[in-house]
Amino acid sequence: MENFEPKIMTFLCNWCSYAGADLAGVSRLQYPANTRVIRVPCSGRVDPLFILKCLQDGYDGVLVSGCHPGDCHYLSGNYFARRKFAVLKASLEFIGVESERVHFSWVSAGEGEKFSQVISKVIESVKKIGPAQKLVKKR
Amino acid sequence: MSNLQEKVKKIFSDEKLDLLIGFEKGTLPLRAAPSFVRKSEDLDKLIFDITCQNNLAKHLLNEIKRNPDQKIGIIAKGCDARAIIHLISEKQLERKKIIIIGVPCCGVISPFKLKNVLNGREVTDCTINNETVICKGKDYEKEISRTDILSGYCLSCQYPNAPEYDYFIGEQTKPAPPEKQFEKVDELEKMTPDERWEYFKKEYSKCIRCNACRNACPMCFCDECFIDRNKPRWVGKGNDISDIMIYHIMRAIHLAGRCTSCGACSRACPMGIDIEALNKRVTKEIKERFGFTAGLDCEKNPALADYKTDDNDEFIM
Repeated sequence: MENFEPKIMTFLCNWCSYAGADLAGVSRLQYPANTRVIRVPCSGRVDPLFILKCLQDGYDGVLVSGCHPGDCHYLSGNYFARRKFAVLKASLEFIGVESERVHFSWVSAGEGEKFSQVISKVIESVKKIGPAQKLVKKR
Repeated sequence: MSNLQEKVKKIFSDEKLDLLIGFEKGTLPLRAAPSFVRKSEDLDKLIFDITCQNNLAKHLLNEIKRNPDQKIGIIAKGCDARAIIHLISEKQLERKKIIIIGVPCCGVISPFKLKNVLNGREVTDCTINNETVICKGKDYEKEISRTDILSGYCLSCQYPNAPEYDYFIGEQTKPAPPEKQFEKVDELEKMTPDERWEYFKKEYSKCIRCNACRNACPMCFCDECFIDRNKPRWVGKGNDISDIMIYHIMRAIHLAGRCTSCGACSRACPMGIDIEALNKRVTKEIKERFGFTAGLDCEKNPALADYKTDDNDEFIM
């Protein structure tokens, strides 16, 4: 458990968070390398099923990041996403999956610093609860 | 109930209905079957009592898909009517083509509860009284209190009468006390997450993936369900507990802000799984967070197809 390095899946919106992650890289900010990134057109594109699928396939945590409210490239995608994620989070918590497995954040294209902090925070909280077990499919 | 048949007959001819969807006596005792009446003289077989456990909105939707031009009347309990109203708000049905005939509902039987009360013995004959149901079978006769066999959804039902209707036959029934609505959810929420996980694991491991819950649900009308897709295949079809869990969680999420708590899914379940708890938890979240209750207003957008710029986002970093 001491040396547990979690695997984190991140879904980044093309217009804000992906650019934010890019900025973090260009600015040579240090953050843990436990994340795999999937670029999506908008945080509204992320179906709760994607998140559950990640947890099933053995990811220890999932982060979805999009534009700040009001900044969505498609005007309202992240508002819809926010409602979906609230429901997903409530149902996962109710069914008994640790709420620290799934995270959401708003990161704009200019917030490279915030992106690196978000990643560090996510990894820290996932490290605390240990490797995923509950929804993982045994093969 | 000849009163019901007479009044429906009058509505049938007044409104020039092509089809009336209601309930008739089923082939098994204590189970009514959906009835599709196209001729006025066939209306004599209509019934409505505690054995009418299906949600007819599902059949209404199928009939409209088959022939969109017919004018259909439907006998609706509170939950059937709410499902119809919600489907109208999702533009699946047209209000002017449907005549909603409300009937007062005192709850319907949960077949699984009945089976448990009778220890699995077969019922061959039954009498339904005001407070009790007398079941007769081989070598036994038992009088059962109604509340022992009513569906859990019905015991906590807040809308036993249709919120919107064209006709209403009978006197409106009283809803259950409001604190009852999420009683089951509140009880589970007092447990620790690990206890809840064990509870749901035990419940869902009974699942045989027959999809009866989906097929009975009036809100599950997608032409292709996510569990049937195979390119990519999102969820395995077997009885792996992880696949079962994801199926049930996703179904609850797909029903978020749409579930009218009719309980057709839990009554259709052959294994008696507690589908109610998770669905009710999501309904509660939608009610408390977004102030939305499904199936009350034909004009209002469903909760997840709508947003407010100042929705609470305390959970977002």
